This record gives sequence, structure tokens and C-alpha cells, in this order.
Amino acid sequence: MKVSYFPGCTLNTTGKGFDNAVRAATAAVGLELIELAEWNCCGATYPLIVDNMLELAAPAHVLVAARNQGSTVTTACTTCYNVLKRTNKFIREHPDERERLNAFIEAEYQGEVEVKDILHLLRDEVGFAAVQEKVQRPLKDLKVACYYGCMVLRPPAEVAYDDPDHPRSLDDLMTALGAMPVDYPHKNECCGAYLTVSAPEVTREMVYTILKSAQLAGAQAVVTNCPLCQFNLDKRQAEMAQFHAGFQSLPVFYFSQLMGLALGLDASEYGWERHYIDVRPLLNSLGL
Amino acid sequence: MADAENGYSKQVLIVGAGIAGMQAALDIANSGYQVVLVEQWPSIGGHMHQLSETFPTLDCAQCILTPRTVDVGRHERIALYTYSEIEEISGTVGDFRVRIRRKPAYVNWDLCTACGACTEACPQAIPVAFDRELELAKVMASGKVRLVGTGKAIYTLSPQAVPKKPVIDVRYCTYFQKGKCRLCEKVCPVGAIDYEQQPKWIEERVGAIILATGYELYPLEKLGEYGAGQIPDVIDALAMERLLSASGPTAGVMRRPSDGKEPKEVVWIQCAGSRDPEQGMPYCSKICCMYSAKQAMLYKHKVHDGQAYIFYIDIRSAGKRYEEFIQRAMEEDRVLFVRGKVSKVFREGDKVMVWGVDTLTGLPVEVAADLVVISPAMIPSEGTRKLATMLGVEVDEFGWWTERDGNLAPLETKQPGVFLAGAGIGPKDIPEAVSQGSGAAGKVLSLLSRWGGPSDPASE
Amino acid sequence: MKRIGIFVCHCGTNIAGTIDIARVIEEIQKFPEVVCALDYKYMCSDPGQQLIRDHIRDDKLDALIVAACSPAMHETTFRKTAATAGVNPYQTEIANIREQSSWVHQKQREAATNKAIETIRTIVAKVHYNQSLVPFYLPLVKRALVIGGGIAGMQAALDIADAGYPVVLVEQSSGLGGRMGQLSGIYLNFEAAPDLLSQTIEAVTHHPNIQVLTNAEVTQVGGYVGNFTVHVEQRTPEPPEPASATGVVPGNPVSYSFDIGAIVVATGYDLYRKERLGEYGGGRYPDVIDGLQFEAMLRRDGPTGGLIRRPSDGRIPKEVVWVQCAGSRDPELHMPYCSKVCCMYVAKQAMLYKRQVPEGQATVFYIDIRSQGKGYEEFVQRAMTEHDVLYVRGKASKVFQEDGRVKVWGVDTLTGLPVEVEADLVVLATATVARSDAQELGQRLRISMDEHGFFNEAHPKLRPVESLTAGVFLAGAAQFPKDIPETVAQASAAASKVLSLFSQRQMVQEPTIAYVDPEICSGCGLCIPACPYEARTMHEWRHIAVVNAALCQGCGACTVVCPNKACQVRNLTPVQILAMMEAYL
Repeated sequence: MKVSYFPGCTLNTTGKGFDNAVRAATAAVGLELIELAEWNCCGATYPLIVDNMLELAAPAHVLVAARNQGSTVTTACTTCYNVLKRTNKFIREHPDERERLNAFIEAEYQGEVEVKDILHLLRDEVGFAAVQEKVQRPLKDLKVACYYGCMVLRPPAEVAYDDPDHPRSLDDLMTALGAMPVDYPHKNECCGAYLTVSAPEVTREMVYTILKSAQLAGAQAVVTNCPLCQFNLDKRQAEMAQFHAGFQSLPVFYFSQLMGLALGLDASEYGWERHYIDVRPLLNSLGL
Repeated sequence: MADAENGYSKQVLIVGAGIAGMQAALDIANSGYQVVLVEQWPSIGGHMHQLSETFPTLDCAQCILTPRTVDVGRHERIALYTYSEIEEISGTVGDFRVRIRRKPAYVNWDLCTACGACTEACPQAIPVAFDRELELAKVMASGKVRLVGTGKAIYTLSPQAVPKKPVIDVRYCTYFQKGKCRLCEKVCPVGAIDYEQQPKWIEERVGAIILATGYELYPLEKLGEYGAGQIPDVIDALAMERLLSASGPTAGVMRRPSDGKEPKEVVWIQCAGSRDPEQGMPYCSKICCMYSAKQAMLYKHKVHDGQAYIFYIDIRSAGKRYEEFIQRAMEEDRVLFVRGKVSKVFREGDKVMVWGVDTLTGLPVEVAADLVVISPAMIPSEGTRKLATMLGVEVDEFGWWTERDGNLAPLETKQPGVFLAGAGIGPKDIPEAVSQGSGAAGKVLSLLSRWGGPSDPASE
Repeated sequence: MKRIGIFVCHCGTNIAGTIDIARVIEEIQKFPEVVCALDYKYMCSDPGQQLIRDHIRDDKLDALIVAACSPAMHETTFRKTAATAGVNPYQTEIANIREQSSWVHQKQREAATNKAIETIRTIVAKVHYNQSLVPFYLPLVKRALVIGGGIAGMQAALDIADAGYPVVLVEQSSGLGGRMGQLSGIYLNFEAAPDLLSQTIEAVTHHPNIQVLTNAEVTQVGGYVGNFTVHVEQRTPEPPEPASATGVVPGNPVSYSFDIGAIVVATGYDLYRKERLGEYGGGRYPDVIDGLQFEAMLRRDGPTGGLIRRPSDGRIPKEVVWVQCAGSRDPELHMPYCSKVCCMYVAKQAMLYKRQVPEGQATVFYIDIRSQGKGYEEFVQRAMTEHDVLYVRGKASKVFQEDGRVKVWGVDTLTGLPVEVEADLVVLATATVARSDAQELGQRLRISMDEHGFFNEAHPKLRPVESLTAGVFLAGAAQFPKDIPETVAQASAAASKVLSLFSQRQMVQEPTIAYVDPEICSGCGLCIPACPYEARTMHEWRHIAVVNAALCQGCGACTVVCPNKACQVRNLTPVQILAMMEAYL
């Protein structure tokens, strides 16, 4: 199956390892990602939109590019997904604004494209059972806490393809890969998002709540699908022990990294060196 | 009125012709029984008659009320005694004897054609109860601005009043006070003015009674922290209704009393006396949250660049479409709700200063307002206790009627044959008062049926 | 030649503030057949109506037009006025110059005035052709149907039955009592609901005028006010009397058919399913329960024998948290409205809990405390001061289980700080919602409902217990969430409406309805499906359409589809419509 792919700027830069793993892992299960011939910034942060017309222009451009290439566009960046999905819905449901927007970006776009998160495609188009069949090295004994953040869940009516309060698609994928997902209550709690810039101490405490809860449930690692969450959960651990005595750090993976490993792919380009908390000791101990 | 074979009277007395009493009267009269409806004001309609528009639909109160008042006024089975009081009640269920005192209007209502010439001619502008004794700024011939009342010493409550008959307020009438004038007598084309009129007494025998005596507002004079009624631009909520009403003293144009200017900053203060055990009224007055939001909306519809503030403790919008109404006030009309009680209101220059605290930020708030609207506690109508003693019906410590059972018999008293409806039982809004009016009527109809049903079936 | 009088109302400033009344009077006097044209400040007032009566007499009018507000407002008023002065009421028409002129063209005096004049001109053209009509009289069955055996239905049934009329009370479940039957002690005095109810249930079951059908459902409703035909199906009939005289086998449904004059709908409410509140772990964690489950726990005859025990392990909960507005006041995810009763029952439950577990901690998360009722405010204050119930102003954001404990997250909006409470038991005050089968019943009864499934009252203020369908009345929480005293009062009000109806000798029907000209009707049958009131049938052997006068509402749908103009509405005939258009153009 071929699908248009929008990498977005994060996966093109700091998240390159995530991107490499996504492309390799999806290819291995028969999902061929065709990168959009031309693409620009998704516009980032839909909720911050003040001037609708102007802010919608960037994602609309991306959607038009996607339309010219196929019926579905996917992305692995949850923020890009959120922005594209909601912009597309807005365009579909607001004929007047749509007309103005089209005039502005000089296009004829009605919202024909279907925007799907990569995890959504893996779950519904490929199927986790099919993924499981391709597993070469099951992630045996790896207890993971799956962390979803908010971008693929909220607002539920606009973006969610999973239960917004008790999501399970990542957990199910991890189970398919042979890992043991742990149940803990903060899978969808806020990671602090951009407060990491303006109020890192707030983000740190939010991250602590999440990690602590994951550890209580017995997790050895966290796995996520969101680049910003990955950054916050990973980076904010550096100074954690200063504020929370006895805090034990937890590696934070992208799901695609673990997927690539389980599928027995070459994982050398997965950006391991970019992790703030070294993931290698854990992987070594598990023989991965 | 022919009585049943068993000697019970199937005539029903209803005390109070507000919306609850009128509803009860119509339901009973439409079922074929005779009703005696007694009202202390000169015309029927009660407080609803004073309102501008009503929440949550913003229907004009007069518009929806007038068909009712007209129906009551015209109903062949409703004997209407307005400007009247219950002087004495004795007897028991099926056989109550009622003595009604009709106050002298000093106008022969049988002759009066409601042409309005008397009111027109009357030289004495007075503050009237119907307009909450508002006094509005008026530029006199001398160029001075004076505050004058909105009514005349001979007046009818409103153009749509039922019955539309004038009364003379002897406290203000120049003739009664100084012995000369008699202008109204001179202009009356039918000779209806009667300065010698005496009270009249009417005796009725009834089988059942509905008490629909309604409420009053706690007087501003008793609210010292809010200016004790001494600041002209601090008014109570019913006065605001009059200022907002198209048939009110300003014809619905938003003007503040002291100088007639359009107020640009208006503050509503909730729970003035309510939820305040120290004032002796620990209870919630139930309707203020909704009518304040409504008033603020109406104000904003009239003064687009104005700012409306509502100080509240809890927003109580528990009713069908009430919550949504409050949200509309906040979102569409930009009414600013401040959670906190106001501590003090005082005059500074031509402003009214409001001091309070925003309990959500924990910070003190000061607003330099042009107009302040107080939501005083609702209290039982004057005369409720007297009536209670006469009937042997209980009232609670605040003077509200006591139900036979708060849950399962909310419209009955412990006195057989005596029923309750409306805000005399405790604060309530229009739909609830109407429900209770019908509900009390239902109780009465059940009772009367046991005595053989209407002797005058309501068939057309 | 008719003698038409026109009466123009100022409606205070509502009309006169915009429309030039003097010019209107001047113009309309010139219209054909107009004998007099007058204006008055409030035509609906007593003197206004007297003015009309005087002119009917003095000018010998035989038709009149009142130029005023919408006919929905005062058509009846002025038709009555006309009748009392000897003019056939159907010779009276309203020209709406308020809603359709002065209100919508407030800043265009000239245009609004012209429109008012033209509006009156068209009505003059109509009145020229108006016929004098008399109402129809129809029989009236004096038996009531009450749907729902909760406190609302029982109270309504009792009031009607006490007045001497037979009542059929249909209850879906196996017993009477409804939701109140599920409660423990009720506010304000903690009286045991079952004890209180037992007297009412007793009175209903033994009332000679009430026939109670439990396990039963209204399956079909035909007819119209005064003459409904109602089918009821009973699933498991009560054990047959001594011998099975009727030959009924338990388990087989039994069908009943009743002739009914009036219907009271008292079907009550449901609770929003706690499973839909994922953010609060509803349905996920055993120690997260809803308000009615806590009530069950408080009842002597409940699963715990009246002892408060948490479901997961049967221990006494030492920390109980109530989450208010769980699904209410939440337009984004759940219900936008306030469920009205939660603040009070939560205070009550917290007090009952503290009485039973004095050393326990009760915490209530709320947005606003809504204790609006007699003694209610004082009751909540008692919960706070005498029972040390901790009220936290802030919505709970999340309920979750961690390390074997249930935790509640929220924010205290008064300090601005986040709050975390470890709880042994969490009670969700879930939204009060319309019953899931309300829609179906509403369709059967042809009554409308709002977007949430609550039945619509005829007027939100002045007709709170009537539906828009004549003869169908509303009581209790099926209309909107309400507590027991309000429900009981409303039930008596609905009963009052039924009793008023039953006091008539017969039903009166407006004559301004459709008729079929038998000479022209070709029997094509197009009008039958067009009629939204099922008022049209084909005559068995004449093969022409016939009108059921009792059902017809005069909507005119048939006149539109009829290819031969055989269907016409009285006093709104094609001739009249064309005359009106001609007058206007």
C-alpha cells in the first residue's frame, strides 16, 4: 500500500532518527510512504491560531500538495497531524471561509484529502496482527509505558481515532511487538508542551508525574509517538534527581524505533545518540 | 352561588392576583367553578406586570401577560376585587366566611371610562410603588435639575392595566393634603371622582382558599453597605426592570436617575441580603442570577459600548435553557461575571464606587460605576403573617408559607381546604409559579369534585 | 357589501415608535368597505376592547381588522371581543404590523409605515370573502392515561382520580415508585424515600378509579384530544386471580386498548451513563460509582444493608469524593445544561456519609453551588459547618487509579492551585438526561422534544405543563431535570389541566380547517399522504377524500397538492389568497 507522506520539519531535523525508523518500519510491513513532492511547514499549533485565514494558509498548502498526489496523506509528527487534520475539517465544514482561503492561496481545495496519523494507518490498514507476523526479535520482557500526549486525542471530535481518555493503539502495537505494556493512568496527561521553553520547572514537574506513575506501574521505558513529548519526557529528566531524590531515569523511545528493532531491521540510523537518557544499556540488557 | 346538597360552598377564594393566583383562578374558573380573586394593588398581574423582558427567551413580559390579565378580567366566573384586602376569615373547609375590604379609590369605577384625563390634569408628580418609587432627573423651567417621581397622585398602574381604573394616592394628593385643587374632578367627563368615597366591605362564603400572596424585595434602606437607598444611582432590580421596560418611565431608554445620562458602566450586585445569615436571610432568593444576567443582556443591547459587571457568589442557572442563557450573556454580550461579594458602595463625584473582591484572582476590585443595580433578598409580601394568623396556617421564621410536606405536599397547608401557590411559599421564577398556580388549582378541583362537581359546567 | 372596522394598535411605542399611525389611519380609511378606522395605545387593554365594542355597535360593523401584534398573541382576544359584541369571531382578522413591520424595520419609518398600510390592505381583501363560521362540537372521553409510575405520574393519577375520573396508569417496570423509589433518605429532612412513597403507592394501587398496569408500555396512540385510542402492551401480567380466568399464560404479552380523553406524560429521567465519562474512569474502576449507586448503598434494603462500603473490597471508605457536574455544564464533550438536582443530593449524601463514618473525610468538587429552594441554602451550609464536608470550587479534571488507590485531580479555583485527593470511593454526580426511549414515545404521542430529548412545553413560562399537542400534558423530569417538590407541584398542575378539560361537556374544534368539495374531488388520493395529521382518508365507496374535522389543523398542505382545488381551507381559500396578492401588488 502506497500513501503520501508528510515528514514535517521536526522529523526532518532533530527527529531524523524517528523519521528513519518510521520509513524503514512501515516499509517492512508493506506500507510504502511517498514523500510529498513539495511541502512546507504545517503551520504548527492550530490552537494558537489568531488570524484564521493567514494561519490556515500553510496547512492548506500542504493539503493541496497532498491532494495532487493521492487520496490520503499521513504524517508521523503528532503536531502536524493535529494541524492538518483540523484544518482539513475546517475547510470541509466552512464553505465561506473555504472560498476566501482558496482565493488567498490560489487553489481549488474542498477538503478532499484524508489525513491519517501513521499509527492509525498501522492499526487499521496494515493491522497489528500483520505486524506481529513480521516480528523477528520480539521485545520480550520489555515493560513499556505507552505515552500518547494530546495531539492525536484532543479535541476528540476532531482528531481522535482512539479512546481519548483511555487510548490503546500504542499499547496494542507494543503487545504485537512482544513487549509488555503497563497500565498507568497518565498516558494522555499533558507533558508540559511548550512550557518547556518559558517555564521548564513546570514541565519538569508534569513530566515527573508521568514518569513516576509509569515507574510505579513497573515500566522500564516509555514509548511515545510524539516528538515534542519525547523531547520533554527525555530532556527534563536530566535535572530531575536534584528535585526528586532517588529518581531513577527512564529511557524514552519512539514507537518506530522499537518497531524497527523488533522487525530485525538495521537500526543504526535511528538517532540513538540524540537521546538525553541513554537507551543503550537497557537495549543491551535485553539483548536488542 | 348555589351550594351543593351537602352545604359545602364550591366557590374558591384566591388571595393575590399575580401570575400564580391568576393561573389558579383561570384553571378553576375554566372548570366551571366561581372564583373570588382578591388583589391589594389597583390592578392584577403582580410583579410580572412590572417586568421588562423575561428569561431565558427574552419575551416581553407585558406581551405574554396581557392575554392572561384580559382573560381574568373578562372571565364571567371570576369576581375580581382589586385594591382590596382580606380583613377577616373564619370557618373551615367547605365553609369559610371571608370579609373583604375594598379600599377607597376616590374614583367611582363604575362610571370611569379610563380616559386618562384625570392623570393628565393632575399637577402632582409623585414617586409610585409600581415604578419602585423611582425619581428621575428633570430639567425644570428654572433650568435647575430636580429629581421627580414618575407617576401622578391619581394614577393607573399601566396602560394595559386590568382593570384600568385610577386611584388617588391621598398621601400626595394636593386636595387631600391642602384642601384645594380638585383638578381631576373638573376634567373628568363622567363625574367619576368621589373624594368622599368610603371603604366597602364584601362578604363571601367559599369552600377552599388558595394563598398566592407573592413576595416583596428587601428594602434598600436596610442595606447600609450599599448606600442605604440614599444614592439615586443605586437602584433595586425591580426599578431596573422599570427602566428597561418599553412601557416604563423612560419608555425603555437607558437613563440613570440622577442626571438622565446613559450609564456606561453598570454593576449588578447579587445576594444583597440573601445568603446572609447576619441580615436574617440565610436563604437564596433563587431568581436573581437569572434576571441579573437578563438585565445585563438587555442593557448591552441598548448600550452597545457599555460595560456590565455582575458580582456573584455562585451562578445559579438551574433550569431549562438557563445555563445556556448565562453562557450567552458571557460570550455574546460580554457581560463580565466577577466571583466575589461587594463590600461597599459609595458615591464619589458623579460616580458610584463599588468595592469588592475577585475571589478567583484573590485581588480587590474597584469599579467606578454610573449605575448600580442591587438584587435584594426576596421577602414575603406584607400582610402574609396577618393572614396566617387569621387562617391558622403556619409560616416559617422568615414569613414564608409552610407546606404540609416540603416534598410530597408542596401546595397544601396543614389546614384542610387551604392551598398554596407561587412565591409566597418561597422565592421562585415564573414557570414554577405558573406550575404551582395550576397545581394548587388541581388540588382544589379534586376537592370540589368530591362535593358533586361544578353546578355550572364550563361547556360552551 | 361588508361593513369593516379597522383598529390600529400603538402597542405603546412598539408600533407607534416606528410607524406613522396618523398616516396609516388616513390611508386605510380609503379602502373599500371600511366604515371606520381608529387607533389606540393598547388595543388589547380593557378600554381598547371597549372601543372596539362601541364601534361595532355604533357603526354597525359586521367584520373587523385589528392591526397589531402577531395573531398568535391576540387573535383569540379580539375574536372574543367581536363575539361579545355580536360579530362572528371568524369575521375578525389580525393584520400583523408589529413583528412584521415595526420590529423588523425599526430604523425605516417610511418603509415600515408603507408596509403596515399594505399589510392592512391585503387583510381587507381577505376579510371581504370571509364567511361566518361556527365551531364543531366533538365528544369527550373523560378517562385519563398517565404514562410513568414515578412520583410525578402517581401524583397526577391521584389528583385526577380523586376528582372522580377513571385513570389508567402505565408503568414500564415491575413496580411503582420510579426514581424516587431508588433513593435513600431525601433532602431536606432525610426521611426515608421508601416510607414516604409507600403511602402514595398504597393510595394509587387501592384507588377505585385507578387501573395500574405495570410491566406495560404504550405501543400505539391514535386519535386526538378528548378521543385518543391508546394501545398498551403488558409483558408479564400480574399473577392471574384465583384461577386463570382469562386464560392468560404468564410471559405472553397482553394487549389492552383504551379510549382516553387526556394523557399525562411522566416518564422521568435517566442518568448519563458513567461509562461515557472516561476522564473520570467511569465503568473502569469499581470504586467510581454514580449518585444512584450511592443511594442504593444508603438504603436499608440495599445491597449493603444501608452500610457504606466500597465495592472493590467491602471496606469502609475513609475518603469519599463527590464530583459534581460530571457530564453536565460541559458543552464540548457532554451536556451543556445544569442537571439541577445534583448540588442538593450530593450535600445530602455527604451528610449521610459523615453521619455513618464520622471520622471520614467528605470532599465535594463543584463549579457553583446551586441550592435554590426553600431551606436549601441552609442545608448546604449545614453540610459545610456541622458535618465538615469540604467543598472545593473547581471542576475535577481526572479520576484515575494508581498503585491501588483512586485519585482525583482538580483545581481549587479559589487558591488557583491544583488539588489531588486520594479517595477510597468516588461518587460521580452524573448528568440527568432524557430517557433513552423518550424519542420513540414522543413520536407516538406526536409531541416535540428539545435537542437533548426532553419534552417541550407549550410555552416556557406561561404553559409549563402543556405540550404543543392538545390533550397531552407533561409532568416531572421528562420535561427537564427537577427535584421532588417541583415534580409533585407540576404533576398536580398537569392534573389540573386534565380536570379543566374534563369539566367541559364536549370538545370544541376551530372551524377554520380544510374541507373537500365532493363535486370537484377526483379521488386521486394525493392529499392523504400530504396530511401531516392523518386527518384525510378515502371514502369507502364514494371514492373521494374526506376530512376528519377533529384531526385537521388547517395547515393547508392538502390544498397545495390537490390538482383540482377541491381541497380548501375555510376562510383561506384560493380566491382569498389571490385577492390578497392582487391587493398587495
